[in-house]
Amino acid sequence: MTEIPMTPPRSYRRRHVIPGFGLTMGITIAYLGVVVLLPILALILKAAGLSAAEYWAVISSARAVATYKITVGSALMAALANAAIGLLLAWVLVSYEFPGRRVLDALVDLPFALPTAVAGISLTALLGPNGWVGQFFESAGIRLAYAQPGIVIAMAFTSLPFVVRTVQPVLEEFDPEAEEAGVMLGANDWQIFARVIFPSILPAFIAGCALSFARSLGEFGAVIFIAGNLPMETEITALLAVIRLEEFEYPAAAALASVMLLAAFVMLFITNAIQLWHLRYVRGD
Amino acid sequence: MTLRNLARLGLGLLLLTGLLASGVKAHAEEPAEILNVSYDVGRELFADLNPVFQQEWQAKSGQTITVNQSHGGTSKQARSILEGLKADVVTFNQVTDVETLHKKGDLVVADWQSKFPNSASPFYSLPSFLVRAGNPKNIKDWDDLTRDDVRVIFPNPKTSGNARYTYLAATAYALDKFGGDQAKATEFVKKIFANVPVFDTGGRAATTTFVERGIGDVLITFEAEVQGARKEFGPDKFDAVTPSLSLLAEFPVAVVDKVADARGSREVSTAYLNFLYTPEAQEIIARHAYRATDEAVSKKHAAEFPAVKLVKVEDVFGGWDKVAKEHFASGGLLDQVFVNQ
Amino acid sequence: MAGFPSPIGSAVVTDLPAPHAAADENARKHRRRVGQGPVIRRVLIGLAVLVGAVFLLLPVAVIFAHAFRLGLGPYWEAISESSTAHAIWLTVLTAVVVVPINTGFGIAAAWAITRFSFKGKKLLITIIEIPFSISPIVAGVAYLFLYGSQGLLGPLLKAADVQIMFTVPAILLASLFVTSPFVARELIAVMQMQGNEYEEAALSLGASGFKTFLTVTLPNMKWGLLYGAILCNARVMGEFGAVSVVSGNIRGETNTLPLQIELLFNDFSSVGAFAAATILTLLALVSLCGKLWLERQR
Repeated sequence: MTEIPMTPPRSYRRRHVIPGFGLTMGITIAYLGVVVLLPILALILKAAGLSAAEYWAVISSARAVATYKITVGSALMAALANAAIGLLLAWVLVSYEFPGRRVLDALVDLPFALPTAVAGISLTALLGPNGWVGQFFESAGIRLAYAQPGIVIAMAFTSLPFVVRTVQPVLEEFDPEAEEAGVMLGANDWQIFARVIFPSILPAFIAGCALSFARSLGEFGAVIFIAGNLPMETEITALLAVIRLEEFEYPAAAALASVMLLAAFVMLFITNAIQLWHLRYVRGD
Repeated sequence: MTLRNLARLGLGLLLLTGLLASGVKAHAEEPAEILNVSYDVGRELFADLNPVFQQEWQAKSGQTITVNQSHGGTSKQARSILEGLKADVVTFNQVTDVETLHKKGDLVVADWQSKFPNSASPFYSLPSFLVRAGNPKNIKDWDDLTRDDVRVIFPNPKTSGNARYTYLAATAYALDKFGGDQAKATEFVKKIFANVPVFDTGGRAATTTFVERGIGDVLITFEAEVQGARKEFGPDKFDAVTPSLSLLAEFPVAVVDKVADARGSREVSTAYLNFLYTPEAQEIIARHAYRATDEAVSKKHAAEFPAVKLVKVEDVFGGWDKVAKEHFASGGLLDQVFVNQ
Repeated sequence: MAGFPSPIGSAVVTDLPAPHAAADENARKHRRRVGQGPVIRRVLIGLAVLVGAVFLLLPVAVIFAHAFRLGLGPYWEAISESSTAHAIWLTVLTAVVVVPINTGFGIAAAWAITRFSFKGKKLLITIIEIPFSISPIVAGVAYLFLYGSQGLLGPLLKAADVQIMFTVPAILLASLFVTSPFVARELIAVMQMQGNEYEEAALSLGASGFKTFLTVTLPNMKWGLLYGAILCNARVMGEFGAVSVVSGNIRGETNTLPLQIELLFNDFSSVGAFAAATILTLLALVSLCGKLWLERQR
């Protein structure tokens, strides 16, 4: 960001060559303030209205803790699943030419384009005990919908594109000479992949997984249809916050939402840090 | 087809959808409309009632009226109204929720129950049981719900009037059984609550949990919803079980005075609620398995409703005020059995 | 969190190679040596196609199968049912209001960030991206605590007799929040790459700032702008969590299409729910096509 070729000597009342700084900056800050920051402030103030003991009681209740475990656990599993699927898709899309490659490439973005509620009812219909896929698992005694596997699948679906789309460009740019060198040294495919290619896509890969995990943590629409929403078993934190809201327990809802907010900020920080690392890696510093 | 053409087609479709939608909208958005904020499982009933009222109102006044519906757990609905949801009328399933509108927001007059016949309750129902076909767990009465091997489904009593009737009916049964011993009754109800795996926020979500997700052995909800679910999913899949004793569940209605006056909808709102008492509406109500208050209609459908010992809140609990204070208030008897983790 | 990953890298990862700008894509493919054995190649392609079919295509197929389960008649009836038709209208209205506003914001933010250097730029970019990282539910709850009767502005609004919660404006506001970063992020990436030599040239030739923007900046960023707008539009039309908290769920009033789907689902009307879902699915496919087309354009 700082490489814009116009970092002039800091003269005190220097006029910018390009006009509109005041106007655009003003609009940006005012808009962000009103639309983004003010509501977040309202939420934090509401949560701050609780005493420390009350706040702790809400966020550490057995039911709340169960929702953290389910949410974080499912998001982790979804991110792991996406790590494998995403790497496979990115590799195949970049490395091979085959009929339908373009369609598959376009299809990868579907989970972002498809509204989460639509994904929710569709996956529920698909994985439910009578669904096209669910019936086979049901007869094998495995329950997908209304159980944790359903949550994991819904989360994995909605965050699938992250890994593919972060790994794909790096894989495309990967220097073929390095591969050649490996071949000439007599390494087999797996060795070249593991020792040469994978390390170079690792930062992008991890960034993709982190983004996928972060998205899954906050997913609501797709999950509530398929989760079954049993307290202590298949209830996610976002849903518990909504339930508290409906019970008119506003401070409790605010406290739970503030926990989610904090988790989002932590993830934002982590993904930014990973991306910076990634950047440095690409530039070869 | 090239991608460019595909994109053009797509844009065309988008525009078309928009135009279509705005066309339908322009058609639907004619003169007046009122909002009926209602309980969760009343969706199908009001979907049948409203068109009839619209016709009658049109014939009477020449005005085209649209009745919009909002359904949800009644306590949640009452809170939404207090939060500013502009309801012209409420058709709830519990007196306390209408009282809340009066007490917390002064949105409804104090003597709202005298504004319409039968304490402003055009029909009634009772908590009843829905079990899986053949009644595999052999559930006959409230006692069976306390068994360790029975999973019971009903909604969250903090948000749903339906569930509070279930709580009260179970308590009434236990009081009857233990000769009025409240401590024993609380113990009894506590056992039932311990058998509930999930408390949904509204009655309909509870039905979905039981019917579609296949969770639980018995669903407790209004008799009308029990019959409705059987009709919807096939009588061969579920059996209705009527307990030996249950609680008369009123369905109080009220004009939300402040909103109706502000929006100038008092006349049509009042007419709408009065319409619910007409034989025509009562017939529809009975067909949806609610018990009608109109005598002729009630007689006509008598055979469809099993006999049950029905007790009233006034008789067992000394009235709604007392129930609100002793049972539903924060830290009250309900909180002793419903441990909301 | 985060919407579509940008094809040209997010604002944070601006210096990443542009994936679709890789012109000699095919040449590169031929030179790839690893994994070109006939067996491994077939197995991997087969697996990827299987994943695509089961994980991505099947859910779409299910929607249409359920919507048309009872034939075309009931489908059409479900779509044209007045509250569903209203939901379609409200969804389109929301998009028509929200997308231009967030496009305007995106242009302003991108201009400020890419054309000037100032302290706190990184922080500003992070703040712009906040809505991507926050659960939509948290956004909805935050709006309730701002505009609700017990919220920060509650007493003020009550005094002025203004109702925001459970009305269409609340839906618009929540949608603005959730989709505010889309256009901004695209434009920041595009304008960053372009640099500002052209603008400086135009200005030094005596063009006014606004004219420079119209004749130099806008044509250069039009694809990025359109791209961001498409992504923003897709998200606005499908937003569920945030909107479900602030809408009063009134049929034919404050129900957007995604909420209508949930409501119909709870009404045991599965044909209705899936019929409504087909509309959103078609819109999603249109967005995908538009996105593809745009990627070809640049």
